Amino acid sequence: MYVAVKGGERAIDNAHAWLAEERRGDTSIAELSIEQIREQLSLAVNRVMAEGSLYDPDLAALAIKQSRGDLIEAIFLIRAYRTTLPRFGSSEPVKTEDMACDRRISATFKDAPGGQVLGPTFDYTHRLLDFKLAAESDPQADAETAKPRREPIPHIMEFLNTEGLIQTEIACEDTPPDLTREPMELPSNRALRLQSLARGDEGFVLGMAYSTQRGYARNHAFVGELRIGAVPVEMEIPELGFAIEIGEMTLTECETVNQFQGSKTEPPQFTRGYGLVFGQSERKAISVALVDRALRWKELGESDSGAAAQDEEFVLSHCDNIQATGFLEHIKLPHYVDFQSELELVRKLRREAAETYPMQEAAE
Amino acid sequence: MTDYNFAYLDEQTKRMIRRAILKGLAIPGYQVPFASREMPMPYGWGTGGVQVSAATLTPDDTLKVIDQGADDTTNAVSIRKFFEVTAGVATTENTTEASVIQTRHRIPEAELRDDQILVYQVPIPEPLRFLEPRETETRKMHALEEYGLMHVKLYEDISQHGAIATSYAYPVKVEGRYVMDPSPIPKFDNPKLEMSAIQLFGAGREQRIYALPPYTKVESLDFEDYPFEATKADHACDMCGAENSYLDEVIMDDQGSRMFVCSDTDFCAGRQQAGHLGALAAVNAEDAA
Repeated sequence: MYVAVKGGERAIDNAHAWLAEERRGDTSIAELSIEQIREQLSLAVNRVMAEGSLYDPDLAALAIKQSRGDLIEAIFLIRAYRTTLPRFGSSEPVKTEDMACDRRISATFKDAPGGQVLGPTFDYTHRLLDFKLAAESDPQADAETAKPRREPIPHIMEFLNTEGLIQTEIACEDTPPDLTREPMELPSNRALRLQSLARGDEGFVLGMAYSTQRGYARNHAFVGELRIGAVPVEMEIPELGFAIEIGEMTLTECETVNQFQGSKTEPPQFTRGYGLVFGQSERKAISVALVDRALRWKELGESDSGAAAQDEEFVLSHCDNIQATGFLEHIKLPHYVDFQSELELVRKLRREAAETYPMQEAAE
Repeated sequence: MTDYNFAYLDEQTKRMIRRAILKGLAIPGYQVPFASREMPMPYGWGTGGVQVSAATLTPDDTLKVIDQGADDTTNAVSIRKFFEVTAGVATTENTTEASVIQTRHRIPEAELRDDQILVYQVPIPEPLRFLEPRETETRKMHALEEYGLMHVKLYEDISQHGAIATSYAYPVKVEGRYVMDPSPIPKFDNPKLEMSAIQLFGAGREQRIYALPPYTKVESLDFEDYPFEATKADHACDMCGAENSYLDEVIMDDQGSRMFVCSDTDFCAGRQQAGHLGALAAVNAEDAA
């Protein structure tokens, strides 16, 4: 006897209860606190803030806890929360030359004013599992400190600029469009592209950037400068009539120097790719810079090699992991109405084929 | 959830969506870009429909949500619950009682009235997408009314299969102008697209809204010698005996025996209450007696 599949509501409630139980895991083991996640899984927190487009380490840590460490799920929680927040204004552009750098390196010059500052990097660690960390108490490692540099740390690219060796970016006073408040329009512009890439999936953007290095729209990139640190955020308050500092945020900025052969109108010179991302997210910032440069082919008069990373519509339409995962995973929702109509169509076509070619069927 | 605004979205966002809806109603079948927001359910779960419903609902509305024609499928339950909590509106499973109906993949069997709004969840709003993946190109094709590619596709279907091999999301032409994707409804539902109710289509991930005002002319694409045909399983409903409703095929046992039952649960339950019994329901009634 057929029983209509009822009880969706109870099934959902029970599934949620089970999920909560699984999230907590073994209750004899201490529960994670938001502070622990924020302080000890800070790179995960940074990724969630960057791709969630919301700078709030505590909320990102909460999202990571709630999502059982599934970072795309955590990013989704942050994005959905962001929808409910009013937008009360926009800040002044942050001045990354005023950054209090924790890390600042250049691959193009051995030394430069401001120096090379390695900062807290994995770069030269040997990737050996440190079993000491598995011990109950993590011994407090005190790093040495130095006096912070007082003067601003100039951008290394500016030194190339004085010689005219690198293409000058055209200053623009326009307020950039906000991808989260206006529908994406294609063809887009560089500001919108950089926004989209900054919140794009780290893995996707990394893969796209990597493909340019392997010859799909090759534009050999040097890291001109990579800097990570805190910048003040200023906002003009209408009642005051001038800008005041409303807080600070940690950013990663990457500028690449790329070859450019020159064209009929331009002498050979270097060109740039640019990436700016929330938090310490240097893999992402470098990736964004490479993809940014690849997408500038038209503006720089280069040829279209047909590579995916040069295809603005392809890159921007597919880099958002919340859109991608939603559409990908939705195919597990019921589709039996559509499937039924396909069933009938295939049966009909097979019936007609059997009538048209009865011999073939008999031979089988 | 009292921290959230009525129907979750803030008033600014709702106003933006309402403008897109009005524009869509003014240009039937035209896809209006809108700044879709991230909703608390994933893209692909009906975020476009949910945003359109959120912008459409008033506190006096009665909402019905169906998925695959049924009120009790998990996602229909989830979306209904969402609006119960965030908007506090009355909900119903009864098609005639509802003032706003959000649907995925079906048009209800009962004829809708001019005081009702049907909101569709749309995955891919662009009917030309699988012929031309680029948005920049398809927008141009719509602007120039260049639909030759679509007709070639339908023609190739016929030359290859002897029939148009599209069974759902069957493309339509609206008021002789825009070719439109009716969302993945079975083509059985296409003739119902000409109706008294307002029809709104929301595609969240793709950031598009489009609409059909009441009594809009909607033609399913076809050829004179291969006319459009609305098809369904060649059975009557085994529960209510209906012969003109869209049917789900249900596998009954390990031997793979099948039964057919209305996909529109409200329609089927209403008929059974009115005393109509299908083949299997009659057998069950005898067993019980």
